[in-house]
Amino acid sequence: MIQRECGVLKTTYEADMGLYPLPIARWTVAAIAVLFFLVIPLTLHEYFLSVANLVWIAIIGALGLNILVGYTGQVSIGHGAFMSVGAYTAANLANRLGSPWPVNLLAGGLMAALIGAIVGIPSLRIKGLYLAIATLAGQLIIEWTINHVTFISGGVQASIEVARPRLGPWILSSQREMYYFLLVFVVLAIIGVMNLMRTRVGRAFIAIRDQDIAAEIIGINIFRYKLLAFAISSFYAGVTGVLYTYFLGIANYEQFQIGVSIDYLAMIIIGGLGSVLGSIFGAIFVTLLPIVIRYSMEAFGGIFFSQQTVLNLIPNLRLMLFGALIIFFLIVEPEGLNRLWRNIRSYFRVWPFAY
Amino acid sequence: MSEDLGFFFLLMSNGLLIGLMYSLIALGFVLVYKATDAINFAQGEFVMIAGFVAAGVLMVWGAPLWLAVLLAIGSLVAFGFVLERVMLRKLIGRPVIAVVMATIGLASILRGLGPFTIFSGTKPLPLPIRDEPFMLGPLFIPPIQILGAGVSLAFLAGFGWFFLRSRKGIAMRAVADNQQVAMAMGIDVERYFGVAWAMTGMVSALGGILWGNLLGVDVNLALVGFKVFPVVILGGLDSIPGAIIGGLIVGVVENIAAGYVDPLVGGGTKDFAPYVLMILALMIRPYGIFGKRIIERV
Repeated sequence: MIQRECGVLKTTYEADMGLYPLPIARWTVAAIAVLFFLVIPLTLHEYFLSVANLVWIAIIGALGLNILVGYTGQVSIGHGAFMSVGAYTAANLANRLGSPWPVNLLAGGLMAALIGAIVGIPSLRIKGLYLAIATLAGQLIIEWTINHVTFISGGVQASIEVARPRLGPWILSSQREMYYFLLVFVVLAIIGVMNLMRTRVGRAFIAIRDQDIAAEIIGINIFRYKLLAFAISSFYAGVTGVLYTYFLGIANYEQFQIGVSIDYLAMIIIGGLGSVLGSIFGAIFVTLLPIVIRYSMEAFGGIFFSQQTVLNLIPNLRLMLFGALIIFFLIVEPEGLNRLWRNIRSYFRVWPFAY
Repeated sequence: MSEDLGFFFLLMSNGLLIGLMYSLIALGFVLVYKATDAINFAQGEFVMIAGFVAAGVLMVWGAPLWLAVLLAIGSLVAFGFVLERVMLRKLIGRPVIAVVMATIGLASILRGLGPFTIFSGTKPLPLPIRDEPFMLGPLFIPPIQILGAGVSLAFLAGFGWFFLRSRKGIAMRAVADNQQVAMAMGIDVERYFGVAWAMTGMVSALGGILWGNLLGVDVNLALVGFKVFPVVILGGLDSIPGAIIGGLIVGVVENIAAGYVDPLVGGGTKDFAPYVLMILALMIRPYGIFGKRIIERV
């Protein structure tokens, strides 16, 4: 039941293509599902569930960015702006037309995909560093537009309140209800990316990343697939923005500034570029980092500093640790947490026999 | 002279002078890109740190100005050297995103370091020049901007001589042109990488002192770094005259936008217009006005 394979022993195509290569994989998936759908939401306190909800939102955003940066190899520093596009589209639809959340979610995602494809147009002419700067410009221009066009931002504060999502008569207001709401989308997002990467489109993305000229020669339309990568990635970003808006109950451009774009880039670099599991690890890590820092500083910071200094130091400590971790992973383990996890797994695969 | 024309000239002169001060910061960026093909997203933070050092020495220790300037330059040069050795050398040959993210991480660290320094809050950085602007007809010109423009032009001349005439400068151009061939000719490529970062540190130190005087020294001084990208893209990433011309264009464009477009849309175009211009430049001429034409077609 718990044994792992020690070689490739498959004799039929069905076995080779099976979703679960070994019984243990099936049990693992079942155990994870029980843990996240039953154990965690029913035992943890509301506060921890709100943290978990932030992690879920980050996972969807990180998966989206990984499609573009990790799988297609196009650098983007504009992810936060695409989220804001989704968020404000949904908020405006909800308040002006009173449309239900599934419509807003889809519309937010599609609007972000459209804007993302437009920002991605320079990628047809430039790449690498120049593309990074172009997407940075996209981020700043979208931020500015939302902040200054009152039709979008709904006034001076540039924030729009949004009613809680509802399923029929059931209004999702507590953290526990939001937990289930978001978890459904996390599962959909993960399955979506995993399957996308097995299709013609996903393979084309990877081919463009690995060698764009070769990809063009084997018949991949680079123009179309690069824009598609931007659109799909931005769709994920837009959905993330809408979910975040529903989670907070308010759409505010300050939640989607350039720092957020950098946070998401950090997630996929710390987690591992071009891997689903890496996006998840990175999202968890980067979301929990400030919370852990705050708790540990509140617990132990008082030994070295006065209470007021501790409060002042927390955001700076976060910035510094965050930067140091990015640099550490880039230099020491470019493949990120995903690689560390694989190393651990392959060690235990044949444990205790080291052959 | 009519009122409107006077206003226009005022915007132009302000734009040109502030543009030269942008050029000073962009110069640091260009030096690194030219020599090492690395891009420095932490340029604004370099400037900020220099401002912190100078203001700290000047205001907290009460040391004389020359010592503050010297210490700022010295510490930034040392910082550039060390940074190249411990961080950027390990990233040679890695994809663009690795270097981009590493410098973003560095920016994050430097920004977090700010309040750990000896003071908090915005500190002035007084220089021994007069505060009142010179009045020339409709123009009024703050002396600090003249000083900044002068320093920028002096650096342009200095680097022009350095790269065209001096042995080290020619070696650096060789490194920038082709690292492998330079290595084969007996040039210590890695040493020149360090030199390039140290030179960036020096330019940033002076930028930090001048901008610190203009804006006051606090964490927001780093935001000047965001102006670097339009400047270098317009001028060409690897061109020193390009940094000057790009700075002038950005300075003029943002002042004209602030003067004529702001009243129509209600403010904020100053930060926005250079980026729109930059997007256009990227679409039409991504290598900039003076940059090398080696953009790969995609």
